[in-house]
Amino acid sequence: MNETALLVNTALASGTTLALAALGLLINERAGVLNLGAEGMMLVAAVAGFAVALGTGSDLLAFGSAALAGAALACVFGVLVIWLNTNQYATGLAISLFGYGFSAFVGVGLVGKSLSERVPFQVPWLADLPFVGPALFRHHPMVYVSMLLAVALAWWLYRSRSGLLLRAVGENPEPAHALGYPVRWIRLAAVAFGGALCGLAGAYVSLVTAPLWVEGLTAGRGWIALALTVFATWRPMRALLGAYLFGGITVLQLNLQAQGVQIASHFLTMLPYLATIVVLALISRNAAFIRINMPASLGKPFHPGT
Amino acid sequence: MLKLEARAEPSRAMAWASPVIALALTALLAAALFAALGKDPLRGLEVFLVEPLNGRRALSEVLLKATPLILIALGLALCYRANVWNIGAEGQFLLGCVGGGAVALWLTQQGIVLPRLAGSTLVLVGGMLGGMLWAAVVALLRDRFNANEILVSLMLVYVAQQLVNWLVFGPWKDPQGFNMPQSRMFDASVLLPPLLERTRLHVGVLVALAAVVAMTLFMFRTYRGFALQVGGLAPMAARYAGFSARGAIWTGLLVSGAMAGLAGAMEVAGPVRQVTPYLSMGYGFTAIIVCFVGRLHPVGVVLAGILLSMLLIGGELAQSRLGLPSALSSVLQGLLLLVLLACDTLINYRIRRVSRQAPRSAA
Repeated sequence: MNETALLVNTALASGTTLALAALGLLINERAGVLNLGAEGMMLVAAVAGFAVALGTGSDLLAFGSAALAGAALACVFGVLVIWLNTNQYATGLAISLFGYGFSAFVGVGLVGKSLSERVPFQVPWLADLPFVGPALFRHHPMVYVSMLLAVALAWWLYRSRSGLLLRAVGENPEPAHALGYPVRWIRLAAVAFGGALCGLAGAYVSLVTAPLWVEGLTAGRGWIALALTVFATWRPMRALLGAYLFGGITVLQLNLQAQGVQIASHFLTMLPYLATIVVLALISRNAAFIRINMPASLGKPFHPGT
Repeated sequence: MLKLEARAEPSRAMAWASPVIALALTALLAAALFAALGKDPLRGLEVFLVEPLNGRRALSEVLLKATPLILIALGLALCYRANVWNIGAEGQFLLGCVGGGAVALWLTQQGIVLPRLAGSTLVLVGGMLGGMLWAAVVALLRDRFNANEILVSLMLVYVAQQLVNWLVFGPWKDPQGFNMPQSRMFDASVLLPPLLERTRLHVGVLVALAAVVAMTLFMFRTYRGFALQVGGLAPMAARYAGFSARGAIWTGLLVSGAMAGLAGAMEVAGPVRQVTPYLSMGYGFTAIIVCFVGRLHPVGVVLAGILLSMLLIGGELAQSRLGLPSALSSVLQGLLLLVLLACDTLINYRIRRVSRQAPRSAA
């Protein structure tokens, strides 16, 4: 396989986790809810997906149960934040801490287990094309799912009535409530959707990227995905591109390590985190730009009047 | 049907009752969890709530682990009161280990033998500077670049861990350490003086208590402390009063960074005596829970610090006594925080029963 094609291939593959998580978080932030529990949901889903894949050998079931696990944890968050009006930062953090502990706890028996050998997926016919074949058409189906999802969500948010409603709820919930829309239920649905996508992202790590389970497997990808939503200024297609950019950085780091570059591997491992910080600082530098793009009621509780 | 009704004023009684209720509920959930795992629920609770307090040695271990938790949580309490969300105390703690470790290793390698008080003080200062440096990065990016402090401080935790790893695998590796990733042992002259014979307890616990007093005075008896809290509670009022929001960011982060760094330096100059990749048991994250359970109040933080320290030790005991994974401790920590946040709703709301039917007549 050609070197560049390989680079594109691996950047897409490793960016997919971030893409899935960022798309989910973006939707739930568009509804005005900030869920810092992304990392926790991904971890719980990663362990759930891995256990199911180990038991049944079915990727579909594994991804399905991971999405359910992520959504379930997200619903806990949602009920606390939306109905009990708890602080969104603190609650999300609690979900992350709980998710970390819980996944480590239930996953103890799965450490060191490996999944059965699976046939590498190829898009028929297209995969044999020179260059673009290996670069674009030899991925796990979830890679294409995430791409389609980004396109679909971009269309839905800006071109459909329900997408408009979601944005309205995130920008200014009072008028939506006054018009009789169930603001809280819409927010819960968005949070659950975010959790489900974080779940898919987590399972993608434990089933495709790794594929194994260790404590803290996702290594901060949930937090990077949260930063990505800011980087993407809450737009699906930009989130997808941002995810591939970060995927590329991760790959570059691994490639440099493999080529034995004279930099300690520890510094290369820092790269994705440092890149996140730099990108976040650059994009946030213009406060007015962020304020215009950010859903106006993000992080603010909504109490419907009685 | 039950309905939440806003209270006219937040309930002060509920603010302090809520952690107690949350603790009771978490204990119930834990008992259910033990039962589900096929263990005796009472025995399980005993491991977490009674055994850590059983005897002089056990008590000293509780205080030993409570010390970093209390120190870190004190700084975070100030931060959160100022509405500055530093959640990367874990990274600042690790940089405290690095800062303190750098001083201790330099003194050890140069063969400089200072009086113990001077040596250990230097190490602690090194740690505080390390923690402050890490927090200053967050403050700078927040202040100058408007970058979200939650994400930046958290990213820096991963960077800090890699930095520690690099040091102990590289420049700081003990030449006589059989290639193990750890630094050489510190000279005795830089270690914290022990407090109780035949225990690992050191004078750090006294420093933590002094910090509690200092933080109480700063929060409630100084102009600056007051200004910080106004900034957190009512940003507009703070602006109108001319209290600097930038000042709040810098003060909150530098103080909490220094406290976390201090805790880190105490860890290396106290029980560990060298730099290793496994310096923290997640103290920086557990301290966040300590902070909330302790109501962001210095005295509350002491009580909560002791409680969470028991939970950490209980996790180790659960592994050795009951054969349960030690991660059980983190499960219970997360659960405690979630339940607490739910209970905190009762500070601002009361539960009312309302009938489903609309009133028939106005009379």
